[in-house]
Amino acid sequence: MIKQRGFPFHILVFILPGLLIYTLFSAWPLLDTLLLSFFEESGDQRVYSGLANYRLVLTDPDLSAGFWNALGNNGVFFLVHVLVQNPIGLLLAALLSLRNLRGVRTYRTLIFMPTLLSVVIIGFIWQLILSPLWGVSETLLGYVGLESLFDAWLGKESSALLTLALISVWQFVGIPMMLIYASLLAIPDELLDAAHVDGASPLRTFWQIKLPLIAPTLGLVTILTFIGNFNAFDLIYAVKGALAGPNFSTDILGTYFYRTFFGFQSSLGSSTLGATVATLMFLIILAGVALYFYGVQRRLQRYPM
Amino acid sequence: MKPFQLAALVPLTLALTINTALAGELNIESWRVDDKDLWEKEIIPAFNKAHPAISVKFNPTAPTEYNASLNTRLAGGTAGDLITCRPFDIALELYNKGNLTDISTLEGLKSFSDVARSAWQTDDGKTTFCMPMASVIHGFFYNQDIFAELGLSVPETEADFFTVLDKIKSDGSYTPIALGTNDGWETHQIVYTGIGPNAWKGEAGRKALIGGTAKMTDSGFVAPYAQMAKWQPYLSKGYQSQTYGDSQNLFALGRAAIYPAGSWDIAYFNSNADFKIGAFKPPVASKGATCYISDHTDIGMGINPASKNRTDAETLLNWLASKAFAELYTNKVTGFFSLSDHEISIEDPLAAEMISWRADCESTIRLNAQILSRGRDDLETAYWNAGQGVINGTVTPEAAAATIQAILDK
Amino acid sequence: MNSNLQRGINTSLIHLVLGLYTLVALFPIFLILVNALKTRKGIFNDPLALPTTDTLSFEGFQKVFSQSDFLLYFSNSLIVTLVALFFVLLLGAMASWALSEYRFPGRRILTLFMAMGIMVPIRLGTVSILELMVSLELVNTRTALILVYIAQGLPLAIFILTEYMAQIPKELKEAARCDDVSEYRLFFQVVLPLTRPAIATVAVFTMIPIWNDLWFPLILAPGEGTRTLTLGVQQFIGQYVTDWNSVLASLTLAVIPVLVLYLFFSRQLIRGLTAGAVK
Repeated sequence: MIKQRGFPFHILVFILPGLLIYTLFSAWPLLDTLLLSFFEESGDQRVYSGLANYRLVLTDPDLSAGFWNALGNNGVFFLVHVLVQNPIGLLLAALLSLRNLRGVRTYRTLIFMPTLLSVVIIGFIWQLILSPLWGVSETLLGYVGLESLFDAWLGKESSALLTLALISVWQFVGIPMMLIYASLLAIPDELLDAAHVDGASPLRTFWQIKLPLIAPTLGLVTILTFIGNFNAFDLIYAVKGALAGPNFSTDILGTYFYRTFFGFQSSLGSSTLGATVATLMFLIILAGVALYFYGVQRRLQRYPM
Repeated sequence: MKPFQLAALVPLTLALTINTALAGELNIESWRVDDKDLWEKEIIPAFNKAHPAISVKFNPTAPTEYNASLNTRLAGGTAGDLITCRPFDIALELYNKGNLTDISTLEGLKSFSDVARSAWQTDDGKTTFCMPMASVIHGFFYNQDIFAELGLSVPETEADFFTVLDKIKSDGSYTPIALGTNDGWETHQIVYTGIGPNAWKGEAGRKALIGGTAKMTDSGFVAPYAQMAKWQPYLSKGYQSQTYGDSQNLFALGRAAIYPAGSWDIAYFNSNADFKIGAFKPPVASKGATCYISDHTDIGMGINPASKNRTDAETLLNWLASKAFAELYTNKVTGFFSLSDHEISIEDPLAAEMISWRADCESTIRLNAQILSRGRDDLETAYWNAGQGVINGTVTPEAAAATIQAILDK
Repeated sequence: MNSNLQRGINTSLIHLVLGLYTLVALFPIFLILVNALKTRKGIFNDPLALPTTDTLSFEGFQKVFSQSDFLLYFSNSLIVTLVALFFVLLLGAMASWALSEYRFPGRRILTLFMAMGIMVPIRLGTVSILELMVSLELVNTRTALILVYIAQGLPLAIFILTEYMAQIPKELKEAARCDDVSEYRLFFQVVLPLTRPAIATVAVFTMIPIWNDLWFPLILAPGEGTRTLTLGVQQFIGQYVTDWNSVLASLTLAVIPVLVLYLFFSRQLIRGLTAGAVK
């Protein structure tokens, strides 16, 4: 039992320094700017305009197309991560966590390396690799007789988004791998031994024992991927610029927000419309997170551990 | 307060005040990262010979970040004293927002023609807010070795141009045109507005489009797109993901014969290509027709109204109008041509060739730079996408023009 | 004996899969390293080739060291990253402890409020942040960057650490409190050591974006003396020409400190994740 000691000053001491810095340098500036979404610029003045900006971004025949396109692309971007990044992460983690395997530390470190790199360098190197001009991909595909498959993937409307999503998967696969690997390690040995004694094959052990046990981690990985993807910006910006071409086919919410807020080329940025887009991004992510906490996570936690 | 604490405080407060307002120090905001060395080693020393008391710092931001970071710093009040101006509407918007000073009375402005000044004036021409610095000219570079090897001559008309391209293609050793559509802007700023003036008759067509008497769907504006649509077979395989840098490398390595160029590329090829480069103007429709070139007023400099050193800033701007600067800038930043009226000698042969076109042809600026781009939609981006789509073959020339006209109609 | 053979085959298969993926992960990095040592022509004539006597060039590295204050930028980056990291971890752990351990009114709202920071792109608040820094006279100081990075890193730190701290066995805390240990000592001497692994996890996730960030250095501390490495590299990325030799060289060098930090934390990382992931 916690003893009654009068006013709990220690709580303040623990929480205030972090809370103050966060409030002052992150939360307040963000709120201050999010509120701009309810205003519009007229001359030098900002005038309250209710939900007009939201109507503009979501339904205006000229402007809304950009937002919906970016949202759709972002959905695809996320889907690729869920369907490719996380399964690969799971596979690698499952293999790494097998008992008596040598060299685990080395594999783990090496596979995590891309995550540490600056996106400028990642953009450059993948453009170099995938460029049809300098022959890297063709030479490599040539070794396995597949060079005829190669195309200017990064440059075509039909494949650019998918290609970028896969580069992003390459960069970040280390994170789900580490998270899943750790939770696999935490499964009590007794459970696995029992399965072994019962004569279950490693594959069955994985599907029937390990996978259900790490389900909460898979949920966490998914929601972190979701947050990361709907805030993503850097990679597409580094490879395709703020314009996210060709013809906006790689435009996601992050790049769309950047153009709206800061402007691009002949269009000057609008802080009010930019704030509107950002608020919408916030609401989308919030909805995803809420869905996860109230829908998925609760159910998962009820699973007997 | 103990004395030693006081002693510690004095330099601290001094440091703070010095940081905020150092008299005689000017900071320049620019996107020309490429010129950093030149400013530090040539231009600023030259300026300081005349004005030793003013210390100047050139603080460029990577061009992709320039607009965003400049606007943010202006809003936050930390932008530099001098602001490098992009031409026309972008700078005008800065002026309208109160981020550029009226410099109409500066002596230096007298060294410039009306055309040069018009890039940084209000629509009524009464107020000027940036000192013109330089323009860029568009045309084509060609690899003289390849031309000699294949026995090609420099094309004059469009028909010649495609004959040359066909010959290079049938030989098979070289890519006829070094151009990609990954970045998008080249297809508009170099290609469409580079070859287009011949079709829309330069200034006449541009002004008609602004005045609304001409439409993008008129033949003069569709024809350049139709020509671009025919380029596809002459580009490298996978040109859709070829970046601007890739194109430069392709040409510099001697793997491509022709390069649609902006004059700024001279500097790059001078140091990276080991063959002789020639230049030719955008081909005209028929032999002997008047030629038009895109001679785009590209870069100027203005004063941040928040600057604490207005007089020094004005001194620098006036100096930018001098002959000394014109000579230095034109010859050192090869490919950026001074806009002032001073007679200067140009050392680089390629640059001299391009600048000589001003005498042979009518000059115009990029089609949509002035007034047209003021709508809510991003016209510049729409033009990029149109150029990209036409060359990629995903949009017909007519449809591309119609899309742009739809934006202009709003 | 059959099962031995089978196990051997299985193990080789596993190594094959892991090895192949490691190759996928490393090949582009290998290309970066190889090309950082080549001339521009060497890079584009054959990106796959190792440097030969013709193409070997340290030009990029030379330029990086001669043209820019590489060491200054490097130390700026290191100072900013390490100090911010330290405070994110310390303040994050303290706040997480308060939020997970004590029941007080407004706790839920506060937790939600702190989580907001991971859901909004922080670039959005740039103008407000800059105005604030101007009024605090912190522009062009490393302090400005550090403060923003602490604020930026805290939400994720708290998100992960609260989960973890909630799982510290009751008995440990009770035992300490029975000995009449103060709440502060309980935190610093019992809780903090127990959470060390989780803190390592947070450290890795926090330091990477700080180290690689370009935006806030550009806006808050673009001055010569406070420039960070990523911002310094920008001077090689021109309007029409990018000096890839120098970019590759400086960014290759830039990976080293994060890699060292990563190796340092990764020992703790796996333990941290292990304990944190299973209820």
